Amino acid sequence: MATQHSRSAARIMMAPAVILLLGWMLIPLTMTLVFSFKKYLPMRGGDLGWVGFENYVRFVTSSAFWPAVGTTLVIVGGVLVITVVFGVLLAMLLDQPMWGQGIVRLLVIAPFFVMPTVSALVWKNMFMDPVNGLLAHLWKFFGAQPVEWLSDASMTSIIMIVSWQWLPFATLILLTAIQSLDSEQLEAAEMDGAKPLSRFGYIILPHLARAITIVVLIQTIFLLSIFAEIFVTTQGSFGTRTLTYLIFQRVLESQNVGLGSAGGVYAIILANIVAIFLMRIVGKNLDA
Amino acid sequence: MGRITLDKVSKSFGEVEVIPPLDLTIDDGEFVVFVGPSGCGKSTLLRLIAGLEDVSGGEIRIDKQPATHLPPAKRGLAMVFQSYALYPHMSVKKNIAFPMKMAGIPEAEQERKIADAAAALNLTDYLDRRPGQLSGGQRQRVAIGRAIVREPAAFLFDEPLSNLDAALRVGMRMEISELHKKLATTMIYVTHDQVEAMTMADKIVVLRAGVIEQVGSPLELYREPRNLFVAGFIGSPKMNLVTGAGDLMQGAATIGVRPEHTAASKTEGRWKGVVGVSEHLGSDTFLHVHETGLAETVTVRVGGEFDANHGDTVYLTPEEDKIHRFDGEGLRIA
Repeated sequence: MATQHSRSAARIMMAPAVILLLGWMLIPLTMTLVFSFKKYLPMRGGDLGWVGFENYVRFVTSSAFWPAVGTTLVIVGGVLVITVVFGVLLAMLLDQPMWGQGIVRLLVIAPFFVMPTVSALVWKNMFMDPVNGLLAHLWKFFGAQPVEWLSDASMTSIIMIVSWQWLPFATLILLTAIQSLDSEQLEAAEMDGAKPLSRFGYIILPHLARAITIVVLIQTIFLLSIFAEIFVTTQGSFGTRTLTYLIFQRVLESQNVGLGSAGGVYAIILANIVAIFLMRIVGKNLDA
Repeated sequence: MGRITLDKVSKSFGEVEVIPPLDLTIDDGEFVVFVGPSGCGKSTLLRLIAGLEDVSGGEIRIDKQPATHLPPAKRGLAMVFQSYALYPHMSVKKNIAFPMKMAGIPEAEQERKIADAAAALNLTDYLDRRPGQLSGGQRQRVAIGRAIVREPAAFLFDEPLSNLDAALRVGMRMEISELHKKLATTMIYVTHDQVEAMTMADKIVVLRAGVIEQVGSPLELYREPRNLFVAGFIGSPKMNLVTGAGDLMQGAATIGVRPEHTAASKTEGRWKGVVGVSEHLGSDTFLHVHETGLAETVTVRVGGEFDANHGDTVYLTPEEDKIHRFDGEGLRIA
């Protein structure tokens, strides 16, 4: 029961944090918007004045734009499918009582604590290296020709690396959801004659719907901006150039800040479209 | 048909034996209540019959068929859980249809059975709602509806009324009793509430620490409790168990006198005491009498007109032919 006085005191005390966060968001956003309407080439003359929508037109008409959008969506979609499917399976496995449960759970969660750059490097050099990688040795052990992962199966590789990083997150959220399932419901279903697969389909999965929605929403937001994994592995080649990476290349490799900023604005719009889309599809699970 | 036989059934969780070997027969069409204090193993026993727990020893037979190792679904029993265990994401209709859907019963027959069950349980107007939109009593009825449509050999109820408020509980008690009369199917009902046991049961099984203390009809248990535990457990308020009552003992170690079999007077009587608390229910008054020298408190039921307040002196006289006598080991002396 806050009084008028304590409420205004609370507002004043929260103000510094709110203002800082607002500035943190608004200043880069405004600068991106300003740059996107300018011809700005840092090493080739600097600020060359306003150009209207020219950057926007150039960015979309570039031959790299649509493939980049496609790549982004394939990576996001692929990682979502893998993390949700395996996340549900792992969560059910970890929910079983077993010896050393605490340690096993900790180990499963561990990949989430590894920095994206580090995990991508580990995958690149220790697993996917066609000469010395663990996978190459495995292939050779079975007499097969080692796969050149990052060039021949570049998208698969990136999806694998990113999924490995995000699987713990999905597992963790889904595990807590599974633990909140009333065991009497499962017993009732068992008595009602539901086989294990029906129990999964009719009881467990609907119970997890809300948690899956949250996993999908949060992961989508983060996956749209993955960068480090691509930077340290393929550098955007072999068809792995995402929208984020394209923007990076425009700004830093081509030294064209205006063009890159226009791309950034497109990325914001794309992220919002995807978010609205997802909210529409899965959002109804949240108000049940 | 629903005759259930337990033959030396026992259950241990690890080292702990919660149910020592136990024999029990439940006849077809009987309403059997398992009653006992918390942790006496009554729910475990029910879960063993349901097949939700594996027995550690002994055999369960349903209709003379061995069912010890049958999975729950194959035993032909339906269970109503304490938490109702309704499927929250399904409508009432789908909840009731679920067991039939699992059994692959044709749609038309499902519809007919749902309509029948809904009519019988006053759920017709709520079929499209989700369990979360129903009151406690309605959820309870949905759970029962889900059990009825399976046409089971026996219904198992695991403390089904303990989440309801007192008024609703009395109503549901009647509904379940009526349902039993109508269906004439075997019902096994677990409760810790001896009022539920007394009012609903054909046969009561009193359990303590996994051991059957007595099996009998409600009135048998009331009139002839086999030992001190049953004597103290059945009846409300509890029977007064007293020692050192002089010539009334007749060689017994403990005698029991029910509050309703004791008369109170302000002027004369066998035992003298001081009124502690008097509970006025209107029709009756329960006096909790101290300082009788027999037990810490002796409870006595008197008419609602009897006027006694805290600190008054009263005289109590037990009806001698209704005194229960128990020996040193707590067993009834015939």
